[in-house]
Amino acid sequence: MSAKKLNLKDKYRLLTRDLDWEYSYADRKKAFPYEEFEGIKITDWSKWEDPFRLTMDAYWKYQAEKEKKLYAIFDAFAQNNGHLNVTDARYVNAIKIFLTGVSPLEYQAYQGYAHVGRQFGGAGARVACQMQSIDELRHVQTQIHAMSHYNKYFDGFQDWTHMHDRVWYLSVPKSFFDDARSAGPFEFLIAISFSFEYVLTNLLFVPFMSGAAHNGDMATCTFGFSAQSDEARHMTLGLEIIKFLLEQHEDNVPIVQKWIDKWFWRGTRLLSIVAMMMDYMLPNKVMSWKEAWEVYFEEAGGALFKDLARYGIRMPKFVETTEKEKEHISHQAWWIFYNYGHAAGFHTWIPSDEEMDWLSEKYPDTFDKYYRPRWELAKKMEAEGKRFYSQALPQLCTTCQIPMGFTEMDDPTQIAYRSSDYEGEKYHFCSDGCKHIFDQEPEKYVQSWLPVHQIYQGNCGGASVEEVLRDYYKLNLGADNLDIKGSPDEQRWKEWKGVA
Amino acid sequence: MTIEIKTSTLEPVRNTFANIERRFGDKPASRYQEATYDLQAETNFHYRPLWQPEFELNDKNRTKIVMEDWYALKDPRQFYYGAYVQQRAKMQEAAESSYGFFEKRNLADYLSDDVKNLLITYLIPLRHIENTANLNNMYGCAFGYGTAITQALLYNAMDRLGIAQYLSRIGLMIDGNTGQSLIESKQHWMENPAWQGMRALCEEMTTVEDWFEVVLAQNLVMDTLIFNLFYEQLDGKLSAMGGRDIAMLTEFMQAWNKDVSKWFDSVLKTVVSESDENKALLHAWTEKWQAKTLEALRPAIKELLEPEALDLAVAELEKRIKKAGIKA
Repeated sequence: MSAKKLNLKDKYRLLTRDLDWEYSYADRKKAFPYEEFEGIKITDWSKWEDPFRLTMDAYWKYQAEKEKKLYAIFDAFAQNNGHLNVTDARYVNAIKIFLTGVSPLEYQAYQGYAHVGRQFGGAGARVACQMQSIDELRHVQTQIHAMSHYNKYFDGFQDWTHMHDRVWYLSVPKSFFDDARSAGPFEFLIAISFSFEYVLTNLLFVPFMSGAAHNGDMATCTFGFSAQSDEARHMTLGLEIIKFLLEQHEDNVPIVQKWIDKWFWRGTRLLSIVAMMMDYMLPNKVMSWKEAWEVYFEEAGGALFKDLARYGIRMPKFVETTEKEKEHISHQAWWIFYNYGHAAGFHTWIPSDEEMDWLSEKYPDTFDKYYRPRWELAKKMEAEGKRFYSQALPQLCTTCQIPMGFTEMDDPTQIAYRSSDYEGEKYHFCSDGCKHIFDQEPEKYVQSWLPVHQIYQGNCGGASVEEVLRDYYKLNLGADNLDIKGSPDEQRWKEWKGVA
Repeated sequence: MTIEIKTSTLEPVRNTFANIERRFGDKPASRYQEATYDLQAETNFHYRPLWQPEFELNDKNRTKIVMEDWYALKDPRQFYYGAYVQQRAKMQEAAESSYGFFEKRNLADYLSDDVKNLLITYLIPLRHIENTANLNNMYGCAFGYGTAITQALLYNAMDRLGIAQYLSRIGLMIDGNTGQSLIESKQHWMENPAWQGMRALCEEMTTVEDWFEVVLAQNLVMDTLIFNLFYEQLDGKLSAMGGRDIAMLTEFMQAWNKDVSKWFDSVLKTVVSESDENKALLHAWTEKWQAKTLEALRPAIKELLEPEALDLAVAELEKRIKKAGIKA
């Protein structure tokens, strides 16, 4: 035969998108029905550039090698009581948040990418999404296996999937991903592949994994390293989807901008939990939240948005608010949890004197002025045997579902309240960003399953908070919740380490 | 003589996660159990999908099949991701060595034009059927309920992409890596009257709404017939034509078919034993898709194999249907 030998790109095309064909017997719109309702215009799927070229045989081979190594380390970790090597028992609470708050999102990502991996009409995009779907399944399952050993020795891990569906603060991550999955397929990709995986992943995944590395947690940190090459693939998909949509049709630009605005703010709110983890929960700090935000969003994200300007994309709305928030958000979030520590599935504590000094150094403009006095007061009360917990249930933001504890960023003594009226009801928000998101799609956000409302409406079992925590959340009260001081976790840790 | 290394043992507080303990009791659990049961969100969904407001994000009502506990559909292979990729990596290693041998010895040169034509006309077009199988299993994965079945459907979907790629590689080996055979074989798929029934059926399957129905139509009905006809019966014919070496290149598919049949037969058995209503549904769907698939396959098989070929394939299908308890 006289035809030329194939180059790699053409070969990959033959091995993926050429498997598909133009339908002549059935209505292709019935087979791929969700491509049009969002208003996105795709004129030519063949312009899709494969973000990576990986055939299944290579995928099986590489991933199996990675799994073999990863599980060898998990086995060794368990055999050698690897949990004894973490910095101290407080650290483990960071990964309790990870298993109950983040791993279920990996699961939702598996589901979401399976959905778009079936529904996109373009086979190139479909295959890339399918590979991400199975990677995400890998991540949730390897995370479970990494945490499995911790679950045997610490409280608060044991009912992570039951908790994720019910516990008040876990509705923050859950509603985030429910929001993305319930959106159309293109919004899902802008939300997760672009805004999340590409722009913000260095602020979620990386801090947890670096935290593990800095705190002697070999299981989690090995998982993190093992997932790195998957994450790199996912980031290239995020970049491709945005370029593809913007290049397909100019009418896509305002739609994509609207989604970037929404998901950037949604993402920053979700990250407030990472912020407090970095600043307050890691015994050995990696860097401050403020530093992380500056490096990974302001510098890296700034460069990215400069690149996107040629398509007519600007920085996300409310980005100027985040510049102020980076000084406050971790302190306010940890304070909320310290206050509601009796209702959380992990332990809380007052930062030590050395940690407070570190916070002063990292936050010279805000910590001593606004936050140290609170902790000094809490310390004094604790010393007097009066560790306090807020008994009243907090009002939640209808959009991000975080308790309304964040302040005006220009006046950190004033709690921020925003509201909107919709069909005769009043809805409350923690910020202009969350109000804006609601106002764009009120019919979506009025559906929010707000944990505090649900408790008041009697949908979460018993009449008292204690009954809700014990019976509906299935928390082991006195073990999973409350301060680290005096907890069974702390007692066991001291026994293992032979300290009084 | 045995040696014993002394390790320090710490008494664990619990043996496994609470959901696993509720299901199986307070004892150490397997990795499959911890990575499978109750992973999927069950309740308190925040928003209805914009694309299907009649359903919750995770909803049991996307099929007419009713299960008290969807996690009853466990995988006898106990495949979680790590176990799955390691098993497939072994299979691909064997396949790679066969494909490598075939290439190194230039075995394609020994194939007659008749054999090459037959492959291009009748074997390589199966890559498009595998593409449909990929879509149908993805559909089941996305709309199915519970990790036990949905993860197995995802593995299956990825397998189908892999098989489509192996079939494409057969083409590339006989056309000297130019892609010409794939172009020709796609032309057959698009235009040859022998394939149009199958193409129409594949297109139709991707419009079926009930996820369990489409998964059954694909993984039981179509797969049993196709794998019997094109990988067993055609194998015999190729041998007779001097194309015995092709069997090296389709061994992956044969081994794969055994592996997944074990899983899917067990799924069907569990669904049937759940209720008479389930059994009746599976029965009706099997009949419907068996009739459609036979009709669609007839023209190609008439050209390709002996007159009794379809009957032989149907007998194989009947055996599986009976084994699953769908029909007495």
